[in-house]
Amino acid sequence: MTDAILLKDIDEPQLSDIAVYERRGGYKALRTALAMTQDELVAELEASGLRGRGGAGFPAGRKASFLPKGDMDKYLVCNADESEPGTFKDRELMQKSPHMLIEGIVIAAHAGGANHAFIYIRGEYEEQARILDAAIAQARKAGYIGDRILGSELSLSLVLHRGAGAYICGEETGLLDSLEGKRGNPRLKPPFPALQGLYQGPTLINNVETLMTMPHIITMGAKEYAKLGVSGSSGTKVVSVSGHVQRPGNYEIELGIPSREIIFDLAGGPPKGRKVKMWFPGGSSSPVLTADDLDLPYDFDSLAKAGSMLGSGAIIVIDDKTPVLDVALKTAKFYRHESCGKCTPCREGTNWTVRMLERIDTGEATPMDLDIMASVQEHIIGNCLCVLGDAMAMPIGSMIAKFRDEFEAHIQSRQLASVS
Amino acid sequence: MTSFSGGPGFEYRQEHAGVAISRTRDGSRTPGWDEPADLEKDPAEVPDPALVDVPAELRAEIEASMALYPDRHSAALPALAAAQRHHGWCSPRAILEAACVMRVTPGYLTSVATFYDMFELEPAGEHLVYVCTNISCSLRGADELLAEIEAEVGGQRDITVRHFECLGACDIAPMVSVDHIYYGPLGKGDAKRLVKDLREGSEVLADLALALRPTAASEIPEGESK
Repeated sequence: MTDAILLKDIDEPQLSDIAVYERRGGYKALRTALAMTQDELVAELEASGLRGRGGAGFPAGRKASFLPKGDMDKYLVCNADESEPGTFKDRELMQKSPHMLIEGIVIAAHAGGANHAFIYIRGEYEEQARILDAAIAQARKAGYIGDRILGSELSLSLVLHRGAGAYICGEETGLLDSLEGKRGNPRLKPPFPALQGLYQGPTLINNVETLMTMPHIITMGAKEYAKLGVSGSSGTKVVSVSGHVQRPGNYEIELGIPSREIIFDLAGGPPKGRKVKMWFPGGSSSPVLTADDLDLPYDFDSLAKAGSMLGSGAIIVIDDKTPVLDVALKTAKFYRHESCGKCTPCREGTNWTVRMLERIDTGEATPMDLDIMASVQEHIIGNCLCVLGDAMAMPIGSMIAKFRDEFEAHIQSRQLASVS
Repeated sequence: MTSFSGGPGFEYRQEHAGVAISRTRDGSRTPGWDEPADLEKDPAEVPDPALVDVPAELRAEIEASMALYPDRHSAALPALAAAQRHHGWCSPRAILEAACVMRVTPGYLTSVATFYDMFELEPAGEHLVYVCTNISCSLRGADELLAEIEAEVGGQRDITVRHFECLGACDIAPMVSVDHIYYGPLGKGDAKRLVKDLREGSEVLADLALALRPTAASEIPEGESK
């Protein structure tokens, strides 16, 4: 395993206490960052090649540069809604090292020129919210949050906002609506949040892991950080491995290592006597890959080239004893439940897909239904305000394409069973 | 061919090759859609503070969260969560009180409460148990676990058991969230132990609390990793 950056020393007891964090060199990067001008800091972040760790993989430095200059209320929102099935990296990071997140937030606020910051944490994470609340109080007392932080020009307020259980609130514009106290319906883009986001003001939205990486980029220097990983995907990534592996958990890897190393060497591979049938490389929204793809380098561009995506960095491994239909049905039911209902293709498409998959299970389906189902997926993609519908359509579409034989065999066996 | 019959026991069926296929399982997906709206009724207004008695503690909690945001509407979720804590569920009364403090209509807060999974819109038990049944957990037996816990609870009202979408703890699959604290992985007999602990008021599954776990990387046996 490469030298961990984010997970280094994370098991140290009491790391969530500010004194322990400072003793380990915490908040030093903040002082360095505050000594830089805003432009220098943005340039540093851009030079590091850091790409957003929340799912879309957008360059973090460039995102910060989109915020307009000028004297107005600007907002920074930390997306800690982490609801993508299979993802649990932010939970562990926030629980064990909350001050690293706060330091990252203040640095990002300086880069974007924001004066109000919010952490939108999913409602289910009550323990983590309590830990963060305590850490925020400590940081405020120590002068890392508040007016004229450490004698600089930067003033920042930080509020922890708890969600209440909705996957769609992890989508950035749905999150903003939810933070404004409404139902979490996504908004039409453009205007993008960088220009018109929270309370109609310029808003920078970053994932927990992205923000937590920023102090380390400042400490190491962008050039050193960019040396990690591969071209186009620099740095390290915390990967959540779950499903049929012997040691599920969070592992920090250097981007670009073979996927096989993550699944087998780190997570221990599937239980004895079983084989990998398929795996989601980046949460349940990513198109599935098969055992043939295990040697793919784990980075943004290689996975995109293979027709999938790195997403939130959550690998779900499924072994050869699990029917593909079960996985497809679970996935589709999840998206049906979480669709906010605003756009027709997603609201109806997720519902139809579930019903067609159920028909396969009850023996009512014909092989033609697979084509209809595949065409439903095609009609969802790109036709909604947000990508929730796409997030179902892509994995289901890939399962139909890659495991068509199994679906057909299932249809036939169920039909025979229902006749006899 | 479509047959349509109105009135009670409403039915909408489509005939296909001589077989009647029920297009909607329980008549409609929106309960009460066929009941006429009461057009005589006045629209709900912002509750009058003089007429609604709000517990001082709840009022203080909601006002404190309203003060945190540039726009008081942002406090809708914290206010509903506080009202639910005080009343046990988001009852019409709880929503009315929250709306009264927030100076919004109860209808507005109801629209918000119905969107989010964590607001209980029906009376809930003293303890809330969420069982994650999403992909990673179900691969490791979450559906069986849910059935087991439900059987142990035996339909009694003191414990509310709900299946939940991914709770973000796939490393401890199959897992449960008991009154919002995570426990896992649950093995054989743990469902029984969980319900017993809850009913006896003792510490729940003390050895399975998530907070106690070290990172996965620290548990790789020597010599297995590169």
